Amino acid sequence: MSGVRVLVGTRKGAFILTADGKRSRWDVSGPHFAGWEVYHVKGSPADPNRLYASQSSGWFGQVIQRSNDGGRTWEAVGNQFGYEGAPGTHQSFDGTPKPWKFKRVWHLEPTAGDPDAVYAGIEDAALFRTTDAGATWEELPGLRTHESGPNWHPGAGGLCLHTILLDPRDPARMFVAISAAGAFRTDDGGVTWRPINRGLRSEGIPDPTAEVGHCVHRLAMHPSRPDVLFMQKHWDVMRSNDAGDSWHEVSGTLPTDFGFAIDVHAHEPDTIYVVPIKSDSEHFPIDGKLQVFRSRTGGNEWEALTKGLPQRDCYVNVLRDAMAVDGLDPCGIYFGTTGGQVYASSDAGDSWTPIVRDLPPVLSVEVQSLK
Amino acid sequence: MTIRVVLPAHLRTLADVNGELGVDVAGAVTQRTILDALEDQYPALRGTIRDHVTHARRPLVRFFACEQDVSHDSPDAPLPRAVASGDEPFLIVGAMAGG
Repeated sequence: MSGVRVLVGTRKGAFILTADGKRSRWDVSGPHFAGWEVYHVKGSPADPNRLYASQSSGWFGQVIQRSNDGGRTWEAVGNQFGYEGAPGTHQSFDGTPKPWKFKRVWHLEPTAGDPDAVYAGIEDAALFRTTDAGATWEELPGLRTHESGPNWHPGAGGLCLHTILLDPRDPARMFVAISAAGAFRTDDGGVTWRPINRGLRSEGIPDPTAEVGHCVHRLAMHPSRPDVLFMQKHWDVMRSNDAGDSWHEVSGTLPTDFGFAIDVHAHEPDTIYVVPIKSDSEHFPIDGKLQVFRSRTGGNEWEALTKGLPQRDCYVNVLRDAMAVDGLDPCGIYFGTTGGQVYASSDAGDSWTPIVRDLPPVLSVEVQSLK
Repeated sequence: MTIRVVLPAHLRTLADVNGELGVDVAGAVTQRTILDALEDQYPALRGTIRDHVTHARRPLVRFFACEQDVSHDSPDAPLPRAVASGDEPFLIVGAMAGG
């Protein structure tokens, strides 16, 4: 019997939601790490019972937790994230130089083949890796020391590396995104990087088409077609057909193209999902109606998905790491809100139901499909 | 000498302990020697009270002893005799702030 495990990070702990393949009855466990911010929890593709969680607090800093039993028990592992060499400066909000300083881990990306190998995206933006199941972490400094690094500046959430996409075809290629520097790609396993932001246009920076400085909120990829990337930028939904070498806008019929989350259907590489948010200053749905938008054409043509979602007085946000898909058929779509709801669709978005509705503000949602 | 240490609730959970702790300190009893012993005994606490490398106290963590705030004293300054003798605990406190 197949099953699904939904890993939810919130402002005050982590929760694990489980169901069988019907996805109709859900068990909720948690809070794990109660009272701590959990920016991300993710399972290893190589061993679904191996989970990693980023636990942090303004008081006590960063903790990384590892589970070997699907989240029943946890063990604190290494939490030292030291930049390689003298870290130099990036830009602060007002454009003055500010020394790089570790704040927290935003995203953990276990690798496909080795449950002990995990990438971590941190604030202030840099990429780290463990190959010993989290005991030690080392920086891949080629990204942070890119010649554009001194010009990177933070988004409202901080200078965070929030997206890590691993190319399933080529272990030397990966993509990352940084708010508000942009997207970057390596083709040599993380030694060297180049910005991949051609075609982006951002009105809030001095040169709207600059090589770096764009507030990329999220990237998504279908594993069968890793050269096609989708992006939710601050404003604009974008698509690249050439691994990020160039981008074109596919916002099309969306009612607003601001948003944070974006994801791709597990079995249809041209079916994508976003949650439009009214604006950069009004982080809630338009007219209090929570709507997921789906494009079955890889962008431009979008349909509103509303069945089961609140259509009045709803003023929540859906953050960048808070949407995920399962691998079942039909594909399940999941997202969490800052109001503490986790909505699920077991029919590719046609209808939705809250599988839990009163959690702390949701920071991240990941899904594991279990055999 | 066994030094009594009181952790804030979140760090007790992280270290998987209940109530007050005892850590063995050889030689001078200072913030540094207590924290060295504490982190040796409970590795999960490394980095949560002070920086891994510089050993600077985290900004929202304070150290109290004998009803005095010793947070800004030198980490190598001897702590009060009552702490060194085990009559009084060394308190590690999370700053009182909401959120």
